[in-house]
Amino acid sequence: MKMLNRRDFLHVAGYGGFALATFNPFTAISKTSGHVIIVGGGFGGATCAKYLNRFDPNLVITLIEAGEKYTTCPFSNAVLGGMRDLKSITHGYAAQMKRGIHVVHARVTQVDATAKKVMLDNGKQLNYDRLVMSPGIDFKWDKVEGMNAKDAEIIPHAWHGGNQTTLLRNQIKAMNDGDVFIIAPPGNPFRCPPGPYERVSLIAHYLKQHKPKSKILILDAKDKFSKQPLFMQGWQKLYPGMIEWVSSSKGGRIDFIDVKNRTIHTEVGDKHKGTVINLIPPQKAGAIVHTSGLTNNDGWCPVNQRTFESLVHSGIHVIGDASVAGKMPKSGFAANSQGKVCAAAIVSALHDVAMPEPSYVNTCYSLVSPDYGISVAAVYRYSKEEGIYKVKESGGVSPKEANAEFRKKEARYAVGWYDSITSDAFG
Amino acid sequence: MPYSISTAFALTLLISSSAIHAASISQGAMLSNSCSACHGTDGKSPGAIPSINGKSARFINQALTEFRSGNRTSTVMGRHAKGYSDKEIKLIADYFASLK
Repeated sequence: MKMLNRRDFLHVAGYGGFALATFNPFTAISKTSGHVIIVGGGFGGATCAKYLNRFDPNLVITLIEAGEKYTTCPFSNAVLGGMRDLKSITHGYAAQMKRGIHVVHARVTQVDATAKKVMLDNGKQLNYDRLVMSPGIDFKWDKVEGMNAKDAEIIPHAWHGGNQTTLLRNQIKAMNDGDVFIIAPPGNPFRCPPGPYERVSLIAHYLKQHKPKSKILILDAKDKFSKQPLFMQGWQKLYPGMIEWVSSSKGGRIDFIDVKNRTIHTEVGDKHKGTVINLIPPQKAGAIVHTSGLTNNDGWCPVNQRTFESLVHSGIHVIGDASVAGKMPKSGFAANSQGKVCAAAIVSALHDVAMPEPSYVNTCYSLVSPDYGISVAAVYRYSKEEGIYKVKESGGVSPKEANAEFRKKEARYAVGWYDSITSDAFG
Repeated sequence: MPYSISTAFALTLLISSSAIHAASISQGAMLSNSCSACHGTDGKSPGAIPSINGKSARFINQALTEFRSGNRTSTVMGRHAKGYSDKEIKLIADYFASLK
């Protein structure tokens, strides 16, 4: 008697145009097709969990996330600018649980890649067939002279959404007219390349209305930044005279920070005192992938960019900001895109079939004001030689010569994007 | 006996399941899933970006082809559409048309 094995089933299913059906035929053979654990419930992890379930409803999926709610970094700049409240950018996991995904609110303390199990801070251990790590970022505090993690209560980075966002918002609200806001963006690579400059824009939008004599000083660790000509054009138009950008080579590099006096000392010897200082430290992958030995010397995780399987430990995938993903930027959008490709790779591997050729996308909208949006976009593919590369003809930034109507449309689409991607990940 | 009863049973399930609707890992799904970040899961947008779920294959095919050539004005879609071949546009169009 010849039983169809899993591979045969997938092929039979594939011929019908439905490689894996919602009501899966594997049910007839085995109850589950494996256990996948996902660590981290941000854009990468939440999306990956949802799409694993869509691709194979017979998978047992466990999503481990310390927080019961997740506050996004995207649109946290709108909170800082007074356009939104924190609740509107905070999402839960009810939809994930409803579709049968096990959501565990705990921290992973250790990963045993050989025994294929994770240890949790609640004392439990969980075995997996595949593990997905989507831990986001952590900070290289050792690279910031004069400041440690605890000082972020005084000098907030606000590069994680949540309490840090509120802290910085309250400091900005407490500024007097004429005060100085200093922001210090890190060098590459870091989470959300246009993020610091959108932040500058929306804080300028707030200051223009409430404290119009105030100034914003950008002390940058870089000589150029994402969508720079578009941002600068917008600043000139909307906030003339308010924003000063000091590039790395023109005195922007920080020597050390005097937290007590809220003063930044630069490498060229200048002192800049700010009523509010927003220092965004240099970054590395989230702590758990370091303790799991998945990182390279730069602090990020090298992966097979087709499947996101770690180049260090097989059976473990790393997605989102923590991964080295070729030409893709570190963004919530990229993490969402990678979560889907990774889900397809895992389900294909568990059923021993070839995965379709991956296709990845990124779009980063930035608001220069509530009615003035700009974007950068690209489509990406994979090749063995190049890893993830940008499709040559695709993508680019919004046109420099666009009219007000175009900018307004992109601002509207920025909000539409937020609604869509958060429902795609958390809904 | 080449096919067991369980095989026949499974195939019956398969046929009925395809009628329900399937989220499959076809090449079309792989390409189309990346649209969902802006257009919503399965192309059902909850906000300001147009829904594309269940639009006819002809409509999507034509829209993407025109975005790509610049014959149809857009903010960002022209920049996206340039990343796809005729064949890939057809796969995307067929995928979203198959979702209801």
